[in-house]
Amino acid sequence: MSETSASDEILTTADGKPLKEALAKAQFFAKRRAFILVLPLLAFILLTFVMPIGQMLHRSVKNEGFTVHTDVTTGVRTPIMTELSIWFDQNPSGTVPDEAAYTALRNDIGALDELRSAGSAGTRINYLRAGSRSLFTKAARKWDKMEAPYQDAFYDLDDEWADATLWAAMRQASSSYTFDFYLAAMDYTRDGDGSVTKVNENRQVYIKLFVRTLFLSLLITFMTFILAYPIAHLLATLPLRHSNILMILVLLPFWTSLLVRTTSWMVLLQSQGVVNDAMVGVGILADESRLQMMYNQTGTVIAMTHILLPFMVLPLYSVMRPINPSYVRAARSLGATSWTAFRRIYFPQTVPGIGAGALLVFILAVGYYITPALVGGADGQLISNLIAFHMQKSLNWSLAAALASLLLGGILLLYWLYDRLVGIDNLKLG
Amino acid sequence: MALPKHADRLERVWHYTYLVICTLIFLFLIAPILVVIPLSFNAEPYFTFTEKMLKFDPTGFSARWYDLLLTFGMQAPEVPRDSSWWSDTWNNAHWIQATKNSIIVGFFSTILATGLGTVAALGLSRPEMPGRRVIMAILISPMIVPIIITATGLFFFYSSVGIQNWGIPYLGVVLAHATLGIPFVIITVTATLVGFDHSLTRAAASLGANPARTFFKVQMPLILPGVISGGLFAFVTSFDEVVVVLFVGGLDEQTIPRQMWNGIREQISPAILSVATILVIISILLLATVELLRRRSERLRGVSPA
Repeated sequence: MSETSASDEILTTADGKPLKEALAKAQFFAKRRAFILVLPLLAFILLTFVMPIGQMLHRSVKNEGFTVHTDVTTGVRTPIMTELSIWFDQNPSGTVPDEAAYTALRNDIGALDELRSAGSAGTRINYLRAGSRSLFTKAARKWDKMEAPYQDAFYDLDDEWADATLWAAMRQASSSYTFDFYLAAMDYTRDGDGSVTKVNENRQVYIKLFVRTLFLSLLITFMTFILAYPIAHLLATLPLRHSNILMILVLLPFWTSLLVRTTSWMVLLQSQGVVNDAMVGVGILADESRLQMMYNQTGTVIAMTHILLPFMVLPLYSVMRPINPSYVRAARSLGATSWTAFRRIYFPQTVPGIGAGALLVFILAVGYYITPALVGGADGQLISNLIAFHMQKSLNWSLAAALASLLLGGILLLYWLYDRLVGIDNLKLG
Repeated sequence: MALPKHADRLERVWHYTYLVICTLIFLFLIAPILVVIPLSFNAEPYFTFTEKMLKFDPTGFSARWYDLLLTFGMQAPEVPRDSSWWSDTWNNAHWIQATKNSIIVGFFSTILATGLGTVAALGLSRPEMPGRRVIMAILISPMIVPIIITATGLFFFYSSVGIQNWGIPYLGVVLAHATLGIPFVIITVTATLVGFDHSLTRAAASLGANPARTFFKVQMPLILPGVISGGLFAFVTSFDEVVVVLFVGGLDEQTIPRQMWNGIREQISPAILSVATILVIISILLLATVELLRRRSERLRGVSPA
């Protein structure tokens, strides 16, 4: 543009449109075209991944076990415990249940019996107060033989019907939405008057398990760092022809089935396995004092360190490769010992790789399931294994969902951190 | 990494110690994978090397566990091995059925993941893509979110929409495996598109090619190696996935990992090791393929191996 052109003259395209508008329009089309390409996949992921997880989060705060009965075959939904919930609405928390309450309870249990759902309603109360399920199934068998006054009839059936904690639990469960499963997932419970307290010392399992998961994941991250650093350094400093061959040794485990690698470790670590046999054979170990390296934390740590090692080596390698060796040489020529040159010059340049690898390994370790389930035994289990236990064995799905949500929250926080510090674009696979 | 001539004794000692340490770490990486191969030929039902094996006595070795893979689940494994024996194996042996299922699930989920993933990667690597960072984070998240959470979510979701009543076999597992494979496709294909010269597509457009033709004639040949390795990653992910299958798969949807899982938990026999050996060999082949593709891609794009 020459200086002489008038500043108020509008630049136009060949067909006379203002250039600014034409550009904006072209840019809008380009944006739309890029977005349309991504849209099918985004929709797919939202439908098959984000929505199911959202639904799971919803389930962690919603449980209809004590409010709605859903027929398994027909899908018909029938409200249950309706009379009792009206009584709860009319009387504030902490009210001693009167005859009206017991009458409502008797009628509701009668309705439960007709729907054959006393067991499932009792299970919902059982989550809040252990040992309650049998009260409901017993009452459902006897309700039609009860005679007024129902308060005494229930007391005759079982003294526990007078227990304030039972009534508090029923009040809690009478609304479909609750945060109780989060409380349970953090080892808290509610008292008879509805206040939140820690559960008994010997029943505190979840916090312990979260702490153990964090501790083991940190340990595994540290172990992978210790093992990955030397070989990443070696790979980065060797000529490319050699390092490509050695790289195969890192990539092969990465490509090998997880179950195969876990099986291999079971074979190696068993008390009659290869490692123990070798040590007995060489004479380091007596035959009767074979090491127990599997079905405990040792097994989990060893196998997971091996499995996650490539995720540490690859980011370290990609940071170390471009480091210019002349920096270290310069430091040496200026009189630094090789240790000082490493500590002050080389190591600081590799810190981004350490961060990226450590964060990735830690994220993957925290949610690990398969390896701890197979080699972990009782004390090598992680939080994922407890989620699976509640999903498959105890069938307390809301608690499983609450635990999963807590885990997911932590993971997403780390993921966000990873994106901020490293950038997802820099994730590389071999 | 040669040792300089002027290195003093301490440095020499350290250098060789360092090489020994590295060798040990490489051994730690690779030995557990290779150890199953000889053990799978054990004549005895043990998971360790027997005396005979260590002496290389031929009677210590046998292929009986590989044979068990064929016969396990057959109706009449004892009859002479003629064509009816083979058809019995083909139709009834548990491991053969599991292999068929794994291949079906792997094939369809790979097609889905690679197709959707490649198109999306094309969009994501355009500089004008709006909200790139957030969308990328969402698309990669199936790789980051613990598998147990994905499986739990899918279990609730599929039972609430009643996917098993739709009458399409394997549908739930295929969709889930496609989701799990997509991050790998995105990562590999966007990596090939880094440094892609967009003036090539503009040149094609200015010469009159429509977008589809531009894609198939100009972009596709350049990114094909990345697409194939992404597809292989997706296939391996599906081929190795067990948790989602356990949670949402039907009873008859037995895949190889699920069969292995059951085998490890219930009646662990060296037959598992022979499966493991076969899988190790497959992964060696896949790794070789991906390496060749990566080199080809670098050559095509004129990127010197960095």
